Amino acid sequence: MGRRLKFNIFRYNPLDSDSSPHTDTFFLEETDSLTLFIALTQIREGQDPSLQFDFCCRAGICGSCAMVINGRPGLACKTLTKELPMEITLMPLPVFKLIGDLSVDTGTWFRSMNDKVGSWIHTEKGLDPDAREERMDNALAEEIYELERCVECGCCVASCGTANMREDFMGAVALNRIARFMLDPRDERDEREYFQVIGTDEGIFGCMGLLACEDICPKNLPLQDQLGILRRKMGWSAVKHLFRFK
Amino acid sequence: METEFCDLLCIGAGLAGERVAVEAATAGFQAICLSIVPPRRSHSSAAQGGMQASLGSCIMGDGDNTDVHFKDTIKGSDWGCDQEVARIFANTAPKAVREMAFWGIPWNRVVPGNSTYFKGGKKFEKVESSENEGLITARDFGGTAKWRTCYTSDGTGHTLLYTMDNKVVELGVKVHDRMEAISLIHDGETCTGAVVRCLKTGNLKAYLAKATLIATGGYGKIYRESTNAVINDGGGAIIALDTGIVPIGNPEAIQFHPTGIVPTNILVTEGCRGDGGTLLDVDEKRFMHEYEPEKAELASRDVVSRWMTHHIREGHGVKSPYGDHLWLDIRHLGKKHIKTKLREVEEICNNFLGVDPITQLIPVRPAQHYTMAGVRTNKDGAAYGLKGLFAAGEAACWDMHGFNRLGGNSLAETIVAGKVIGEKIVEFLKGYDVAFDTGLVKGAMARDQERINRFVSSKDGHENVYDIRNAMQDELMDRVGIFRNGKDLQKAVDNLQEIYERAQKVGLRSNGVGANPELGLVLKIQGMVRLALCVSYAALQRTESRGCHAREDYEARNDRDWLSRTLATWKEGDTLPTLDYEPVSKVMELPPGSRGYGASKIISQDGEVIGA
Repeated sequence: MGRRLKFNIFRYNPLDSDSSPHTDTFFLEETDSLTLFIALTQIREGQDPSLQFDFCCRAGICGSCAMVINGRPGLACKTLTKELPMEITLMPLPVFKLIGDLSVDTGTWFRSMNDKVGSWIHTEKGLDPDAREERMDNALAEEIYELERCVECGCCVASCGTANMREDFMGAVALNRIARFMLDPRDERDEREYFQVIGTDEGIFGCMGLLACEDICPKNLPLQDQLGILRRKMGWSAVKHLFRFK
Repeated sequence: METEFCDLLCIGAGLAGERVAVEAATAGFQAICLSIVPPRRSHSSAAQGGMQASLGSCIMGDGDNTDVHFKDTIKGSDWGCDQEVARIFANTAPKAVREMAFWGIPWNRVVPGNSTYFKGGKKFEKVESSENEGLITARDFGGTAKWRTCYTSDGTGHTLLYTMDNKVVELGVKVHDRMEAISLIHDGETCTGAVVRCLKTGNLKAYLAKATLIATGGYGKIYRESTNAVINDGGGAIIALDTGIVPIGNPEAIQFHPTGIVPTNILVTEGCRGDGGTLLDVDEKRFMHEYEPEKAELASRDVVSRWMTHHIREGHGVKSPYGDHLWLDIRHLGKKHIKTKLREVEEICNNFLGVDPITQLIPVRPAQHYTMAGVRTNKDGAAYGLKGLFAAGEAACWDMHGFNRLGGNSLAETIVAGKVIGEKIVEFLKGYDVAFDTGLVKGAMARDQERINRFVSSKDGHENVYDIRNAMQDELMDRVGIFRNGKDLQKAVDNLQEIYERAQKVGLRSNGVGANPELGLVLKIQGMVRLALCVSYAALQRTESRGCHAREDYEARNDRDWLSRTLATWKEGDTLPTLDYEPVSKVMELPPGSRGYGASKIISQDGEVIGA
């Protein structure tokens, strides 16, 4: 016999005038290898079909299902209930706009983030469609991929002290993105241009160094290292700028 | 009535949809992409292993070219594909992969010197030339004569999608996420947009466009056991079929992937076997080489899935509470390889199975994976039946896959079809104007609002939508799976017709206010059962075995009678689809022959019986 799990789930449908923020309780028999994806789907289909939450790939690849699980942001699809106590409290991610219950609007936030950091290869070169590709060292390609593994789930933003206090803080996800492009020789932006993007309190200098992002990241990205490297580079860039070194 | 105008409406913002939008935006047209999830969550991101393009830069790809890629694709399709399209595809793939490199993909590159690789569990040596150092490299995949699959570790779909969406952001293409098209706006001749339900508010909105593209991916979720994301429920195919005019091509062509993990059906990439992983049975012995001496684990997916099922039926499966399964073994590839080239696989095994693939076996069995089927288009991507309507990617039956898609050819299709069809849509838009009929738009909006009201008030009945979906999924899984026969297929059709009747009587149990998830499924369920009936009925009629469509009662591939493509339409009020047929290909550059793998009994075009 499995455990009888107790789920406390945040409920609020902003579009329903009869709805006000509260917690609903559901019970579920625990089965082998039960994940929060399976559990929430069973609750919706068997107990309350109005329950809102987001899943997509259900394999930890797409980043849809981040929520606060017993006080800690994480991907629900890859959270096994056997790793949790019998009482499980689920809340929507903070910082992002609530759509309803456990569902938040990450799409708008990330589009704006990608826009702000210029998350693309900036180049003056044109593409010759018949030419061979430019060469790249495989080790560098792997280094770029390491940072490119971010799935924009929002956990690092939701767990960030600064982001929770200040709406304009870019968060570790944006800084990691810039670090990715700084590694990439195809991106022709120079240090000063990167500085323009992140050399402010909204960017790297807003980071208080609490590093929940590093602890929480479901893809285990090396955020602590990247934040450190960026802070050093950008700090040095600020000094150079101050004294007009070239 | 809230209305939005644009030149091109892309329904779906995965790789194919966004690639088309990029092409249109670059040419100066206004494109809007709709997506039911934020675009970077699209299922393209879950494609792991790679993208085929015949660059021939790595030593095991030496001598590769577009002709070899073309031939592999035709053989893979079991001569069920459109050869003109396969030719366009193979010729464009190298350009498309290089374009993606230019836009920022960190493709894995050729490392010169000696290295080892595994095949069939044995170790071999290879030497990469220093001349090709730093060019895009490739890995081995099933059904290919050369190592041709370009990759970024095992997150290729992810990097492609992020890079494509970066391009979309750079160009300022609008993506309206959490927006779901629930019907097409058309007058029986021309398509002028779609009625769209906002998944943040539940409100309806009309999108009017000169050209409309369906790029919503596959419909795997009509099956119970599928590797697909929860969003792959056939939304695009459903609204096309609902027109009564636009056909679904080869609805019965459904692919099962050999390595879904048990019990969750999450995919582990074909790259595992491409890189030298093996399949083992209950005695931890290899078996594929006994069935397929030449290709072994790397025969095409339809063939490997069939032999796996056969081997389990013969009693060689591993017993588990979730039914019998087999093992995938990648232990011998070593820690370094797994941690750099198969990272997502390692993560999936750790998280969902509690298995460490460096030291332990992975439980696998075939699961539904891909729909070669889709909205039938011509080689320009224009849908049959309605002017101004296009389709691309898995949602389309452009038809380069026929009855079996090769691994690595789906990511490649999204990028290539997006580019090719994007160019054709730009040509179309340049010479085209259309009048928007406000009465037509109002009527379409009113019809959908009325549908919603009926469901919310349970006017037609109180059937539980989840019960109906489960019954449909079970029917397909149990009777329209890897092996098929006339008796089971007939039963599936009969049962699905009953399920279809029940689907007319669904009612909401919740209040339907706002972004109500139950209403989302209720609006689609009748369409999903119609698709399920298209799959089953077309499978019942096709009395031959071709690619993934394996009939136990008609074991031969029958080129005399069935070198044809099914076209399924649904006339209003009917309880079964109308099936028509067309020749598979106007051009037969590679005449029908043996694939070189798989059981090969063939009835030739002139009626001769060849093979066992």
